[in-house]
Amino acid sequence: MNEMSQRFLPQRFLAQAQAPRAVARPVNLSRRGLLGAAAGALVLGVTLPGGRARAQAAAPAIVPGTRVNAFLAIRPDSTVLFRSPFIEGGQGIFTAMAQIIGEELDIDPARFTLEGAPPGPDYLLIGGGARFTGGSMSVRMSYEAMRKLGASARLMLLQAASARLGVPVAALSTEPGRVLHAASGRALAYGEIAAEAAKLPVPPAPALRSPAEFRWIGKRVPRLDVRDKSTGRAQYTIDLTLEGMLLAAVQHSPRLGEQPGALANEAEVRAMPGVHSIHRLPGAVAVLASSWWRARRAVEALQVTWTAAPAGTAAAMPADFSSEAHKEKLKGMAGEGVAFEAVGDAAAAMGKASRVVEATYDAPYLAHGQLEPPSALVRWNQDGTLEMWIPNQAPEMFQAAAAQVAGIPPEKVILHSPILGGFFGRHFLYASANPFPQAILLSKAVGRPVKLIWSREEEFLRDALRPASVARFRAGLDASGLPVALQAVAVGEGAVSRWFGRQPDKVDSSAVEGIAGKVYAIPDLRVGQIHVDDPAVIGFWRSVGHSMNDFFYETFFDEMADAGRQDPYELRRRLLASSPRHKALLEAVADLSGGWKRGPFQVADGTRRARGVAMASPFGSEVATIAEVSLRDGEVVVHDVWVAIDPGSIVNPAVIESQVNSAVALGLSSALLEQVVYEKGEPQARNFDGYPILPPDRMPRVHVRIVESGAPMGGIGEPGLPGVPPAVVNAIAALTGRRIRSLPLSKVDFKGMQG
Amino acid sequence: MELSINGSKRNVEAEPDTPLLWVLRDELGMTGTKYGCGLAQCGACTVLVDGQATRSCVTPVESVAGSAIMTIEAIEQDPVGKKVVEAWVASQVPQCGYCQSGQVMAATALLKQSPKPSEDEIAGAMVNLCRCGTYNAIAAAVRQAAQG
Repeated sequence: MNEMSQRFLPQRFLAQAQAPRAVARPVNLSRRGLLGAAAGALVLGVTLPGGRARAQAAAPAIVPGTRVNAFLAIRPDSTVLFRSPFIEGGQGIFTAMAQIIGEELDIDPARFTLEGAPPGPDYLLIGGGARFTGGSMSVRMSYEAMRKLGASARLMLLQAASARLGVPVAALSTEPGRVLHAASGRALAYGEIAAEAAKLPVPPAPALRSPAEFRWIGKRVPRLDVRDKSTGRAQYTIDLTLEGMLLAAVQHSPRLGEQPGALANEAEVRAMPGVHSIHRLPGAVAVLASSWWRARRAVEALQVTWTAAPAGTAAAMPADFSSEAHKEKLKGMAGEGVAFEAVGDAAAAMGKASRVVEATYDAPYLAHGQLEPPSALVRWNQDGTLEMWIPNQAPEMFQAAAAQVAGIPPEKVILHSPILGGFFGRHFLYASANPFPQAILLSKAVGRPVKLIWSREEEFLRDALRPASVARFRAGLDASGLPVALQAVAVGEGAVSRWFGRQPDKVDSSAVEGIAGKVYAIPDLRVGQIHVDDPAVIGFWRSVGHSMNDFFYETFFDEMADAGRQDPYELRRRLLASSPRHKALLEAVADLSGGWKRGPFQVADGTRRARGVAMASPFGSEVATIAEVSLRDGEVVVHDVWVAIDPGSIVNPAVIESQVNSAVALGLSSALLEQVVYEKGEPQARNFDGYPILPPDRMPRVHVRIVESGAPMGGIGEPGLPGVPPAVVNAIAALTGRRIRSLPLSKVDFKGMQG
Repeated sequence: MELSINGSKRNVEAEPDTPLLWVLRDELGMTGTKYGCGLAQCGACTVLVDGQATRSCVTPVESVAGSAIMTIEAIEQDPVGKKVVEAWVASQVPQCGYCQSGQVMAATALLKQSPKPSEDEIAGAMVNLCRCGTYNAIAAAVRQAAQG
């Protein structure tokens, strides 16, 4: 047995990772194989400082998103390699980046290849010195910087052409991929002058193209990765191989914190086909073998005695933890919580109301369920560096965490960020939910490269879950049935405070977003949070707090409307009277659906149907959603979902339509089917047989209208989701008269109801 | 054990009960076929065995010795498969793309057996999971491939 360090991995890697490092880190280009000799002569080559001392000596700080050579390489054939600060996991980010850069650089986005940029100060484009892909922020936060970068690169090419041709820059122009000298009819392909251009200083304030002249931004540019993803050529972390590597599989302790004790049948397992070695890890056992199937079969055959978590173990899962009991605990938490949003005096206004409506809602834990199981490919190089290929959405944070696990400085960690087989928030740095620390330890133990894959069952055991949550509402209505006061409290823990630290007197915005920040004119309101530690490992799940909170709020909105005898669509319109952007969007979705009609109504196929409406303001965009439902054999059928989305301005309408389709699918999946159930500290489902996700035959038609209001650019990946569960549940209420306040709907048997 | 994969004979050494998926991925280095669930729930591992869509994650390799196995790696060499790929590109189907090898294989199997499938046949054959929810684009692409 290889005895490994029993030291626990840091519970919160981010303490270290949060402080951005000021120094540039060296990048081993030949290893990355990016721009090396194999690619031929480079044009704009990466010229990062070679080491810490040099970087510290170099006075000017690196301004993220400005150094052309850190992002772009134009090859001799005038194709472009772009190192994307943001990771592609299906959101269309790579294509959007090619459109934005291509527009200003003046080269067709189809000529781009992209890959995830390495860790480094050039790429810290989010929130003033940080980087992660998430919060639907990638395009909107980098849009201006990337346009300038493309424009700077074009100007450098013009300057290089000017020197080559001996004519002033003013006499030159570009057409896609070429510099032209109109007077002499001469032309230079970008690839011919890129090497010279790369040596020039980056112009600080290049002129940008007028949006009226955009050829690619705002257009339905085909996605760059579609053919590779339709032919099996696209490679994810799980597909990568290294010479001499061993395959690893793990068996985790049933409850987080428990440790491996005796292995009853170690000798037998060691004798199984292909087994190389058996290892103890913090909270897990592992087998290394010549193939992953052999490793998995062996590790699952191991009979492990798990010892209780040592006292004081952070995040240890209680042996009696039950998700149902946790929900009841949240429901039982009295009080109004710490205020997050307050307008007027909600308590006083409530006292004067003619009628008060109250309801309590809850939503379960959710798993990410991305189809690529987590993996990590790790190699310790002879020069003392640690090279890793890992699914991640935050390279600098993962680099810092890996360095901590490996006991080496961060600059010794070479991190590759392959495309992701599903995003959804799964690949953030979640201590116990990432396989790479195990792979580092295993590779170190055997002195060989290791590829670790978590089986689907291990993934369901260690995923970081969308938190379970409860929300309580009270609304005061006036004599005419209009809401005049609203009090709401969200009960539970937010994922932001779990991973970025909690201040007890402050509300975690991710716990209340979607209850707070609503756009309706209700004169007196208060939104608060009661924090309750969540025993489960929680994380970010597509649209985060909005994924449940807009369901809570927007279904309660319909309860208010019904209580006041108001049509829910008309009441929304009325409360948006002084908010033209939102009113127009609500009317746009009604128009898209052929005019608002709540129902129930009969359609030609004989089914009885109804519609529900909901609005949401997630991640800088505005969304209005209508869903049409019926019942069949006691189950909800969602026929159509109409979505009007206003992201202010856009880069690619086709990608937006795809993302809205995707968000509708995931939102509907959560509303209809999904819940992670814990009993005795263990998740009851360990694969998709016990945790069903939306199958094709339950996918509705999706209709999308994009509204460009000209507001600041908003997000796209997540905003389509939050309106779906409330629109569906509101439609069910219209159809059946029954208010569903707890998800998923699969818990409800609608048999016998009129539908 | 000898297998026939994409028209070539391949000798493999895996234990006879090893799922075909892991023979393809680990022993033969053909990683276009994906591991998603290992339980025939998701269909990411779909290959064709004698023309039938088959979930390779639960198919013991010994059970397909002597059968014609086709994987995504050969999809563009197959006339029906090529048509399906072109429809997938035209409809811009993939998002994350991880399930799409299996989806393309399932569509190819369907169109080999039923070149002009009805909506019910499409729904009956295209049952693989997609967490990105590309289902509408998949159905559109299958219809297009059937017309092309």
